[in-house]
Order: sequence, then structure tokens, then C-alpha cells
Amino acid sequence: MSNNEYLLEMKGISKSFPGVKALDQVHIKVKKGTVHALMGENGAGKSTLMKCLFGIYKRDEGDIILDGKPITFTSASDALENGVSMVHQELNQVLTTRVMDNIWLGRFPKKGLFVDEEKIYNDTLEIFKSLDIKIDPREDLDTLQVSEKQMVEIAKAVSYDSKILVMDEPTSSLTEKEVNHLFKIIRNLKEKGVGILYISHKMEELDQIADEVTILRDGQYIATRDIDNITVDEIINLMVGRDLTNRFPEKTSVPGETILKVENLTAATQPSINDVSFDLRKGEILGIAGLVGSKRTDVLETIFGARQRKSGKIYLHGEEINNDNPHEANTNGFAMITEERRETGIFSDLGVDFNTVIANIFTYRNKNRLLNQPAMKKDIQWVIDSMSVKTPSLKTKMESLSGGNQQKIIVGRWLLTQPEVLLMDEPTRGIDVGAKYEIYQLMIELTNQGKGVIMVSSEMPELIGITDRIMVMSNGKLAGILDTKTATQEDILRLTNKHL
Amino acid sequence: MSELREKFKNYSSEDYKHFVLSNAIFFVLLGLLVVIVVLEPSFISFRNFRNILSQSSTRIIMALGVGSIIVTKGTDLSLGRQVGLAAVISASLLQAPGYAYRMYPDLAQLPLWLPIVIVMLVTGAFSLMNGFVIAKFKVDPFIQTLGMMIIVYGVNSLYYDRPPYGAQPIGGLDERFANFAQGFFNIGGFKVPYLILYASIITVLIYIVWNKTVFGKNIFAIGGNSEAAFVSGVNVTKNLLMVYTMAGFLYGIGGSLEAARIGTATNNTGLMYELDAIAACIVGGLSFDGGIGTVPGVVAGVLIFQVIAYGLSFVGVSPYMQYIIKGLIIIIAVAIDSREHAKQN
Repeated sequence: MSNNEYLLEMKGISKSFPGVKALDQVHIKVKKGTVHALMGENGAGKSTLMKCLFGIYKRDEGDIILDGKPITFTSASDALENGVSMVHQELNQVLTTRVMDNIWLGRFPKKGLFVDEEKIYNDTLEIFKSLDIKIDPREDLDTLQVSEKQMVEIAKAVSYDSKILVMDEPTSSLTEKEVNHLFKIIRNLKEKGVGILYISHKMEELDQIADEVTILRDGQYIATRDIDNITVDEIINLMVGRDLTNRFPEKTSVPGETILKVENLTAATQPSINDVSFDLRKGEILGIAGLVGSKRTDVLETIFGARQRKSGKIYLHGEEINNDNPHEANTNGFAMITEERRETGIFSDLGVDFNTVIANIFTYRNKNRLLNQPAMKKDIQWVIDSMSVKTPSLKTKMESLSGGNQQKIIVGRWLLTQPEVLLMDEPTRGIDVGAKYEIYQLMIELTNQGKGVIMVSSEMPELIGITDRIMVMSNGKLAGILDTKTATQEDILRLTNKHL
Repeated sequence: MSELREKFKNYSSEDYKHFVLSNAIFFVLLGLLVVIVVLEPSFISFRNFRNILSQSSTRIIMALGVGSIIVTKGTDLSLGRQVGLAAVISASLLQAPGYAYRMYPDLAQLPLWLPIVIVMLVTGAFSLMNGFVIAKFKVDPFIQTLGMMIIVYGVNSLYYDRPPYGAQPIGGLDERFANFAQGFFNIGGFKVPYLILYASIITVLIYIVWNKTVFGKNIFAIGGNSEAAFVSGVNVTKNLLMVYTMAGFLYGIGGSLEAARIGTATNNTGLMYELDAIAACIVGGLSFDGGIGTVPGVVAGVLIFQVIAYGLSFVGVSPYMQYIIKGLIIIIAVAIDSREHAKQN
């Protein structure tokens, strides 16, 4: 062992993807037996940096020094063997197998030619016991609760006995009690001299667990500080790169009469939403908050008819409507912007023009049932101008636009359908701060025209900054609806745990 | 014990519905079988039973090959043509010395195992190529194996249509070879075909591979969530290469046995076998989404298909009608599978 002060050093790491520089000369240094928080907005490059460390992405330049020795991992197994393990952000688990199969995947102990079933069972039990986790190793993983799956993932990463443990949003689906449990585990690991890289969006966790913090913004290194010498506000300012006060445009419209009323909405396929009731007023932005797995998206999907309804009623302007499928919802004046922009939002190989008018394409048919090209072109140009989309031409392939510009096109697409109610699922995920601001402005514009917006978001500041009311989902049930003016992050967090 | 009782207490009508639905295909097929037996009670006989089993034997070997691939979320359309190639090559190397139309008139009598090993190496190589392109270049397994299906047919036809006698069925098989597949044990007056033994051995071997080895755990992990397998340090590429190659070996064995069983081989031997095998896998509970399935399930799938095919012929249903029924069975099986999956998402 070397006497280096730092267990892990990453210096001058850069990584580009086609059209984006995801990391630009980023560095981070982790001391032995400390928790080093890595902070940054969505898309700041935290996960990319960790994937470069772990060998999932090949870095373009830069050095990684582990325990005084320069290293480059070429695969995950390489990293794991050399003492770097990771709790992945998306639950990277094989749901179709048992808990213990997941723990030992990639390193099954053998007895002769065969997997030593007895050993993996006993060893899993032992790991769970030492971490105080009460889950049967032989259980099928997909029968577990989300938070239990998360604990299994954490136990797995810990069981590698690594020098460096990366935790990418480990608490995203944990209850408060389990978070404390996790923190106990982390403190134990610290005592053993493990260096922990901790990625989280939850500011209030930092004071409890972190020793140092490094902040990234738009793929750039911003600062590293001792946690005792920095306030949450300062961290946020560094993350965002501008004063908090400027992050959200001012909302001017005052909510009026009720447009949409939802009563006792329950989805057909469970687990999903149960007995959810709320209303939406003219000119209102209604936020939906909740933890991962609290079925926020399901609320939107069920209203939109993308998810089958078991019971409950939907009223638009006081009249009951069905919305049995998205097409019908569309005709009724609903539009939905999905969370997975790449998967369900854009036609990446097709042009900006096609992407803009596809949702209301039938309105351009002339009397010969052919498309009226000039009218289409006019609308496309309107979207580009009014949303200030940066694109070289109308024919430019969607995939070559930045995430923010793609999102603006999608918003524009649905505006052309002239919706009464716009459903937005994480509308600002993975887009830069400037584009976010413009998306907010568009939303406010819509409310000024008397439309209603329902927005699912994981970003607390966004919910508090832009909405009129916030409804909080917890485990498929409505936990409460807060007036944004008086709501605090703590209020929201408390409600997210209500039905767990 | 009390835990178990608790579990049962918790089963609702919803769970029973789920049970019926997830096994619906078995109920459908059971119904079909009942109809056959009612129409022709003599269907239930040891002779029919034995015929069905020996016909199923080669199919089981092939289905376990493609089944292993389906577990990894892949598929293999080249199965039938690879079986055909295996049948033609093995038959051509094992024609009786006295037979007039030998493809290799001067070929010495080879030991029985040699042609089978050669054939396994050939189909193993073609399947390895499938695996290589799928794992390395991320070509969709459907497309890759569709291409390979056509290529192998071309290769087989070139080999088949060659001097001295040109394209004609390769018959006159060496007695040892014919006996290898057509022979039987005489157990207490009952004739039990060798084929059943071969299929049983391979079934047990594949069962062990799937359930007891690291390789088996890995292919299920890859099929269940290849990203998770990758970040857990599983060499996904290597395991895919291995699973395709293993399937190739099984096609080689299956094809050789098929030639010996029928007693002749042409370049059209094995035509559409891939569809039967894949259908049997799906009916037997393998998920096209990968990561789910059992060896007994695959074997049951093949047997069910064979019972139905045999039974329908037995009661005199036209072969054309049989195609329609088989097609419907495949669609129903997959529709139920998809429905179950759609529900989970």
C-alpha cells in the first residue's frame, strides 16, 4: 500500500459523444475512509464520469490513479477485481432470477464443475446479516419491493469488499428509515478505510454523510470543498451557475375555473395507482412529486389512456370523458410529453419537420386527401421561431439536435394540437439550464392562454419554482396536495413517505 | 409449514386466474388431445407412444439448442438448414460400402463417431459465426440467423449437387449408422429405441448446464438483463459465443440422427424444423423476452407438439389442416406470453 493521501484520483477526464462533450477536463480526488459527494444537475456528467471510472465508457483523455497506480479498466469485471464497485443508478438487476443469483452474478463460487449453491446461499445470508438486511436470498428478485431491491443492490456492491465504492443515487427509492440504515452501513465502511463516491440529488443528505463535495456543471469541473465550509445554497449556486432567483421565470397567470376533474382513478394492472383524486384549474401548473416507484408517471398515463383504467372517472369541463386510449385522449384535447425522450418522444432518424407536425398531421390534408405542404411549413417555422429552436434547417435529423432543442420541438409538436391539458413527464430531464428556462417560459405562456399543465418532476426546486400546487404520490396513492406558496421541501419529502 | 399455509391462504381468485392463463396453452392442447382420443380411442397404445417418443427425440435435441439461445433473448432461424447440412454431410460420409451411388465411391468405411464429430464441428462453426456477429456487431439475432439460414442452404446445396452423381437423395446408409438411430433395446418384450436414450442423456446434460453451471446462470442473467450481467462482470460476448456454439453442436448431433432415422438425406432435410423447435420452446414456457424457461418445459413443448401432430394424422386430419392448427398453436402460445409480459410492465 502506498502512503498516498488519496485513494483515487481522476485527472483531466474528457469524454465526448457524437455532438456532445459530456466531460471536459474533469477531476476528482477521494481520500481513504471518507465520503466524497459528487454533485451536479442532471446531465452535468456525474454518471458519465463514474462510467468512465468503471470501464463502461472509454474515456477520451485523462488519468485514473488508484492507490498510487495508474489504471484503466476495460470492463466492469476488471474494475470489480481491482477493488472498485458500484451501486448503479438504474437498478441494474436480473429480475428473473433469485436474490442470491444477483449477488454472485459474475463471480459464482464453484464446487468442481458446478455452482456451489449452498455456499452462495450461506454467504448471502451472512452478508445480509452483517448489514442487518432481512430478505430471503432464495426469493425471486421481482417479488421484492423497490426499496428491498435497492438494498440488495447495495449489499451486492458492499460484498465486493472494495477500496472504492461508488453509489449513484442509492437513496432514490429508499424510505427514511432505510436511508438511515444505509448511512449506518456507509459509516461502517468509512471506518474500514473504504473511499466512497456518493452521488445524490438530495441536498439534506450531504450534511449527514459527506466529508467533501465536488461539483460538476455541464460536463465541467467547478469546485471541490470541505462539507463544513460550504452551505447548501452555495452548492446549488455552483451547480446551477447562476443565482437561484433567476432559475424560474415569474408565473403571472392566476388559476381560474376547474378544467379537469379526476375521481378515484385506479389503474387496471397493479401495482400502479390506486384511488387518486384531484382537479386542475385553468391557467394552473400542477406538479406531481414522489419517489421513484411512487407511480407518478402512471397518473399521467392513466389519464391519457396509455394505461388501462379499472375504475374512477375523468371529467373535462364538467363532462365525463373516457380517454380509453391515447388517440381518444388526443381528440379530447389532451397531450402528453413522455419522460423517455429518446425512446418514446422523438423520431431520431427523421427530420425536424416530420417531428414537429406528426401529432396533428391529419389537419393538413387538403380536399384530395394529400398534405398541404405550405401550411405544414408555416407551422414548423412557427414552432422553430416561437420556441427559439436552434437547428440548421427544417430537414435536419432530430438526433443531431441537443436534448434541449429536441424537447422544445416535442413541446411545439403538442402545442400544434392545441391541447386543453398538457401532461408533461419530467419535461426538463437531461437538458441544460438555459433550455430549462425556456421550457418553463413555454409552460407559463400556455397557462396565460388558459390551458392547464400537469408536470411530473423529480426536481424539487423545479416543482417549488414553477407550479401552483403540488400533489405528492406515495406508493401509488395520493399522499396530499400542497399549495406551492406555503410548501417546503420537507413537507413534500414527508408526504412522499406517507404510504410506504 | 405454517408459512406455506399462509402463502396458500393469500392466493385469491386473481391468482387462480393467473395460473389458468399462464398455462392456458396446456389446457388448449389437453383439450385437443381429449378430442383425438375420443375420436380414436386406439390412439392410446404403447406403439404410438413409442413412435411419438422416438420422433420427438431428435426434435428435443434441436429444441434444447435453440432453447438455450432463446434464454439469452436470441433466436435461431438457421436451425433447420443446419440440421439439413448435418444430415447431408453425415449421410454422405456413412454410405454403405457396397451401395452403387456413393458420393465418395472410394471412401473407406469410417468409424461411426468420426463423421458425427466432423458434422458437429461444421455446424458448430456456422453457429459460432452467428454468435460472433450477434455479440460483436450487435446484429439482431433474427436478421443474422435469417441470413445464415439462407447461406447454409446454399452451402448445403453446393455440397449436395456434386459429382459423380449430382443432386440426388443420399441413401444406402451404412448399416451401423442406420442401426445407431433405428435400433432399440429389448426390455421385457418392449422395444425401446436408442434415440430415446440419446435424447434423455442430452436432456440431462443440458439440464445440468442450465441449472448447475456458471455458464447456465450467466445465460439466464444475460437474457434477463444483459446490462446488469455486463456491469456485474459477466463476459457477455464470450457467453453468447458459447451458447450459439453449443446450439450448433446439438444441431450437428440432431441432424446426424435425423439422417440415420429417416435413412436418407437431401438438401431439404430439416426444412422448417426451426419453426417447430422454436414453437415447442415457446409452448414449453420459454419467454422470447429472455431469462425465463426450464429444460423440462422445452421437452414438454416438443412432446406436446409431436403428440398433436401424430394424433391429428392418426385420426386422419389432412396435413394441410395440420399446418393451420400448428400455426394457431404458435400464435396462441406467444400471444399469451406477450399478454403476461405486457401486464407486468
